[in-house]
Amino acid sequence: MSEQRESLVHVRELRKSYGDFEAVRGIDLDVWRGEAFGFLGPNGAGKSSTMRMIGAVSPTSGGTLRILGLDPATDGPAIRARLGVCPQDDTLDTELTVRENLTIYGRYFGLSRAECRERADELLEFVALTEKAKVKVDELSGGMKRRLTIARSLVSKPDLLLLDEPTTGLDPQARHLLWDKLFRLKQAGVTLIITTHYMDEAEQLCDRLVVMDGGLIAAEGSPSDLIRDYSTREVTELRFGPDVMLADHDALAGKVEDLAQRIEVLPDRLLLYTDDGERAVAAVHERGLQPAAVLVRRSTLEDVFLRLTGRTLVD
Amino acid sequence: MTVALENGRRMFDYWLTVYKRTWKGTMISSFLLPMLYLAAMGIGLGSFVDSNGTGALGGVSYLQFIAPGLLASTALQIAVGESTYPVMSGLKWQKFFHSMIATPLRPADVVYGQLAFIAFRVLSSCAVFLVIIALFGGLKSPLGILGLPVALLVGMAVAGPIAAYATTLENDSGFAMVFRFGVVPAFLFSGAFFPVSQLPNWIEWLAYVSPLWHGVDLCRNLSLGTVNPWLALVNVVYLLAWFIAGTWLAVRGFTRKLIR
Repeated sequence: MSEQRESLVHVRELRKSYGDFEAVRGIDLDVWRGEAFGFLGPNGAGKSSTMRMIGAVSPTSGGTLRILGLDPATDGPAIRARLGVCPQDDTLDTELTVRENLTIYGRYFGLSRAECRERADELLEFVALTEKAKVKVDELSGGMKRRLTIARSLVSKPDLLLLDEPTTGLDPQARHLLWDKLFRLKQAGVTLIITTHYMDEAEQLCDRLVVMDGGLIAAEGSPSDLIRDYSTREVTELRFGPDVMLADHDALAGKVEDLAQRIEVLPDRLLLYTDDGERAVAAVHERGLQPAAVLVRRSTLEDVFLRLTGRTLVD
Repeated sequence: MTVALENGRRMFDYWLTVYKRTWKGTMISSFLLPMLYLAAMGIGLGSFVDSNGTGALGGVSYLQFIAPGLLASTALQIAVGESTYPVMSGLKWQKFFHSMIATPLRPADVVYGQLAFIAFRVLSSCAVFLVIIALFGGLKSPLGILGLPVALLVGMAVAGPIAAYATTLENDSGFAMVFRFGVVPAFLFSGAFFPVSQLPNWIEWLAYVSPLWHGVDLCRNLSLGTVNPWLALVNVVYLLAWFIAGTWLAVRGFTRKLIR
């Protein structure tokens, strides 16, 4: 590990309260220059509150926060001058054209009108919206608006890019196109901070991530570290068909419990968390059990996520 | 201070860009309506009033009596229009204010930029209206052109408080109240069409409280050449007080909504 790595976001015991409600209840983390850092967590986990504090638009309620080495309480404008922010809502100006949205945003950062025009054209090229330059934002699809919002966040050539659920609500084509763009930004050395509900997105984009739950950090590491630490290498899914009830599942689980490091009983299937899925399947058959369908797969971040934050719906 | 000026200028650019797209729509409210009032009241009703003698108005034609008042009222209406729906849109509908404060701009800068744009709208619209008034013979003294800065002051006096009020609303239904119980009564009872001394005593005092009366009174005294320097000073100081307090309230309101 390099000793010269630079912490762009330094967080210790960070808290955020709204009245009596504590959204963030004391978290520690560092985001190093050049990495893609992810916040995962269910709704209400405190991800967006944390992002707003890092964006220097929300005062902290306690703890230490340094962004690019500066204190947001006193150097907010200087910090924001070096950030790019892609909020959850697009917050584009729908009355203006695609290009005007970019040129105007550049002006807020103090770029000259000529610089703004030049940047706008480069960025429209980058997000493949050049042909839409003169179209009103109203007429864009959801994916195009997202791309434009990301382009807008890049107008000032930020050191640090904050993306709050960048691909929520997009179709698969639009998501993959956006991932491609974000990957290219990372290659170009931009430090990314991303919040997402999508595990595949986190696995695709993030070098390192934290899982947040109830305002706290439940786990931290690279996607593969987290899978190693909080799940097994493989998962064997056993389905016994529609006639087998949940009560029977519990009985069946008792029979195969010792074959896995951990077992989970769901209404339609049993999940056996094990390092060798095929061996578990063989053992299940040896015991005379005949599941209707068997699936052996690698553990994913989703398994980690569900283990850490539970299967209960959070609203 | 210099930061606020520079940032306010960056914000003002935004409003000008928007205005390049929307200026046609504002023509009706900014010019057509005041002109209709000028024609209907000043010339239509005016010919009737004038033929019965205008001693109660100070012996000037009715057109000359109401024209300066209409100028101040136009400033009020433009300023209120630009500090209601656009503020709601920036905070709630399109949320572009939120994207602005993710940049080096601060909530106060957003307010200054908005006020600068309102100043631009009031000045440009009232300048054109003043020329039309002059062409109709609505100005008695050349000093009447000083009604333009007074109109600006009226606009600035009301823009801040209304924008501050807009930040406290959850939806736009509150604006109907502003127009029904604020703008319309002020327009009718602030002395634009008749001297407020004609009103029952308590309404007369309400008129003196309204910033519009001070604007109407000063515009008219300038145009008719009846300025009393002390009274004029009271008018200006009163409007400035509204402007300063309103700007402070607007900055507080924007900060509360945008920095959470």
